[in-house]
Parts: sequence; structure tokens; C-alpha cells
Amino acid sequence: MSKIIKAENVSFAYEGDTPEERVEALKNVSFEIEEGTFTVILGRNGSGKSTLAKLLCMVNLPDSGRLVIDGVDVTRGDVTEDEIYDLRREIGMVFQNPDNQIVATIVEDDVAFGPENLGIEPAEIRRRVDEALSAVGMSEYARHSASRLSGGQKQRVAIAGALAMKRRCIIFDESTAMLDPLGRREVMKSIVRLNREEGITVILITHYMNEASFADRVIVMEDGGVVTEGTPDEVFSRPEEMFAAGLEVPQTTELLWRLRKAGLDVPLGTCTPSECAAIIKDALGKRGDAV
Amino acid sequence: MNFDVAFGQYCEGTSLLHRLDPRAKILMSLFYIVDVFLAKNVFAFAVLTAFVVFLIALSGINMKIILRGLKPVLFIMIFTAVINIFWYSGETVLVSFWIITIYLEGIYNALLIVLRVVLLIAGTSVILTYTTTPLSLTDGLERLLSPLAKIKVPVHEFALMMTIALRFIPTLIEETGKIMDAQKARGAAFTEGSLVKRVKALIPVLVPLFASSFRRADELATAMECRCYRGGKGRTRMHVLKATPVDVLAVLVIILLGVALVLINNFTGGFAIGW
Repeated sequence: MSKIIKAENVSFAYEGDTPEERVEALKNVSFEIEEGTFTVILGRNGSGKSTLAKLLCMVNLPDSGRLVIDGVDVTRGDVTEDEIYDLRREIGMVFQNPDNQIVATIVEDDVAFGPENLGIEPAEIRRRVDEALSAVGMSEYARHSASRLSGGQKQRVAIAGALAMKRRCIIFDESTAMLDPLGRREVMKSIVRLNREEGITVILITHYMNEASFADRVIVMEDGGVVTEGTPDEVFSRPEEMFAAGLEVPQTTELLWRLRKAGLDVPLGTCTPSECAAIIKDALGKRGDAV
Repeated sequence: MNFDVAFGQYCEGTSLLHRLDPRAKILMSLFYIVDVFLAKNVFAFAVLTAFVVFLIALSGINMKIILRGLKPVLFIMIFTAVINIFWYSGETVLVSFWIITIYLEGIYNALLIVLRVVLLIAGTSVILTYTTTPLSLTDGLERLLSPLAKIKVPVHEFALMMTIALRFIPTLIEETGKIMDAQKARGAAFTEGSLVKRVKALIPVLVPLFASSFRRADELATAMECRCYRGGKGRTRMHVLKATPVDVLAVLVIILLGVALVLINNFTGGFAIGW
């Protein structure tokens, strides 16, 4: 598998009016993302995760370090507008606020906005729009006005917009943060489907722990740097590191961790509540207690 | 908040008028406005009225909706009617007292002027605004004006601005409601006090609204950039407008109507409107 994103010692600072106002948002961040994988970047507010997202979709370029996206070194110094434009055809972003990324009034016109920008044939745009809308389960809303949709539906329209451009990698910058639990579930279902069925590389930035359990790999950020990374099971089996980064772990993981600390022989990792119940029952059974 | 106001007045439908090319409909309504002012005498007005009734029937739009659309101009209609009744001088004196003289012609004239306003609004809305989505309207306008791009008029940019404006009207209405509620919760009174007081109470609503609009604009620009937008050059469209013979015919009908009205004015008698 090839690496779609390679970051080496990437740093970025927001310049203020005075040197004191300068905020170093990212400090020497290094990581790699394999094509076709599902990566979750976890971190609390101010940990630098959204800054990282802006670098990955080339809204900002790093101050120092090396960032190679799809084989193109965007920190080379002489990188051209056209090169960035070509990369944007491959790497898309879905933002936090669903309202501020929908351009057209009607759902299908908005999904068509990206492909139209690429200069694709009208018949092909039509085909892609229909395909993208059905992939996120929004086909029946194609002719609806976007402003009347729920937050989760709007985000799914935004995802369809990224899909219709046939992108290989989509970055979700806290795309579920403004949604209610139902909307969040709808959107997560679409995101997971993109990765599993369409083979699209997904980078999901979030502070919801349970969303991390879908990932192949989790990167935990704190204070502008990567504090830990690994598979969800690996990362969550070290809850101390998560707590140190100001994050929580899924409730089931925390329960198992606490039980383990209290002396019960249970494995650590992520699981659903029912799996968790089974594990505890099993462990209690082994101990010989009556259940 | 009433979101329907913001969305233009488009009424869903599948009639011939709904299906016509937006460019044809823009041209039709322009010629139609000329037609309305070409009608001079009662017979011409009768033909024009019959034509508008036919269009309304064709569009399948409920008469109630058309009448509701006339409500906002009711005051102007009454005002012009009254002015015409008192100022128009004719031959047949109807009432005369003190310095006021009302002529029969004045009443006729007032009626025709009111009819003209009614036909103007009912006709253009049934040809254009009730049967065309705001988006295809801007789309049609963009293509119709595209020759102007050759002399460096930013036609595409204007059309995109209109599209985005239409898109954000409901969002901003919703936001205004939220901010007003938030200020009410802090004790702001929008419906009490003198006019000056009420206007002043709106300032704490407008300032956050503007601030958030700029933030939205910034985010939208980033999102558009990420969606590979770089101006109108090399851009294609999903909906391709194709003018059919029916579209050409429809425009011709409106032009011929104007010719017919002029002929009727010249070859029939009856009371003719003053201006």
C-alpha cells in the first residue's frame, strides 16, 4: 500500500499582531497515512487537530517540516497553484458547520458544484450526483432545498459533494460535532461505508471517543503534538495516556480498565456494551463467583 | 419566522410554463411588460386579461396564490385609483362640489390603471416567478447575459453571488431569530418603547449577525476552494439549457400579442386609458 500522506516534523503557527500573540498550533508533528485506511485523529479543543486538517487540505501550508501529499511535496517552496489544485481533486474536506459549506439551494445542485468546477461532461455529472446521493442515502431528497434538511442530512449532502468528485481521500474536520446523536449516527454510518465499501481513505478528526472505535489507526494529539498512536485497542488499553491528554476513553473501556485495576482479570480494549457485559460475565465466571 | 417569503414565490408544478427554458421566460416577461403598456383601450385590455387568465389556467396555479401576490401592492393600487378619480378631467361630470369634480372618464381611467397593475403583477409572476425556481432563474440570467462576459462584465460572478445570496437567506433568517431570542433572554425589548428605542434595540442583533456573516463567508470561501472552485473558466454545468422550438414559439406568442394589442387600439373604439 502506498502512503497518501507523509508528514515529517511539520510545524505551524498562527501569526498575531505582536510576537506575544503568536500561537504555535503544531509542533514537529510526524505521521504517515496509508491509502485506503481509516484514521481517527483525537484531541481536545486547542490540541491542534483542526490546524492539522487545514494543512492536509492545503488551506494553509506548514511553516517548517516536510508534508508530502499523494507524492507531491507541498512544502517544496516552489509548489504551483495548479499542483495544489490537482491535489484538491484527490483530497477533500467536510467541515464542522454543515451550513457554511453548502453553496446551492437545491441538494443535487450542491452535490454537482464540485464536478462542475472540474469541467466534467453534464451527463457524467448527472450520473455521479445520483450515485453519490444514493451512497449516502439521500436520493429521495435530491430536489429538496438544502436549508430545510436536518444537520445530519446536510452533512451527508456535503459528503455526497466530496464523493461526486471521485476523491481518494476525505478529511472530516469534526463533521459530527454540531449534530444530535441521531444525526451523528447517520453521518458515521456514511463515513464508515465510504471507507469499507468505496475504499476511500478517511481521516476523521473528532473528540468523540466512540467514533475512534471504527478506525484502523488512532492518532492522539495534545498541545500541538502527537502524544500516542496505534490501533484503537492499543490506544485505549493505555487509558492513563488518554487522561493525560485531557481525553476520555469509551465508557466500556474505562469500566474494564477500572475493573482490571481493582484486580479482575479482564482484557483491555474497545467493545460494545453487550460485548463488555459478556467479557465481565466471563471473567466473573472464571473467578468462580456466582453470577 | 416565515421561510417561504425568502424563497421567492416558486410554486411546484409540471405545466408547460414550468417546463419552459428560463431564458425564454425571462424574455417573455420582458416583452410581456411592454405588452401591458401597449394596451390602451378597453378591448385591448379585455384581450390582455383573457390572455393572463389563460396563462394562469395553463400554469395550474391556484387563483388564491395569485391574489395573495397582489396584496402587497394593494395600497399602491388604491392610491393611484384615488388620484386618478380626482385629477382626471373628462367631459361627463359625475359629481361636483367645492373644488372637486369627478368625471366618469376619471373612474374608467382609474379602473384601467388598477387593471394594468394587476395584469402586470399577475402576468409576470405566472410567467416567471411562480413557475421558475430561483436557481434556474439565475442560471437563465447568467446564460442570457453571457455575451457580456466578452466585454469583461463578470456575469458568472454575479450569478454565483445571487445563488449564494438565495441560499443563505433562510440561514440568516434563522440566525436572526436565534440572536433575537438570545437578546430577549437578556432583557431586550423589540416591540416596546418609542421608535428610536426599538431601532436602538436592533443594534445588538445586527452586530452579531454581521460578525457571524463574515465568519460564514470566510468558511464558505474555504469550502469552495476545497471543492476546486476557481472561477467560471472551464466550468461545466449539470443542467444544460436547451432551447426547443416550443420556447421560441412561446416568446413569439408574447411579441405577437403586443402587435395584436396595437392593432386593437387602432381599429376599435371604446374608452382608452389616459397614459
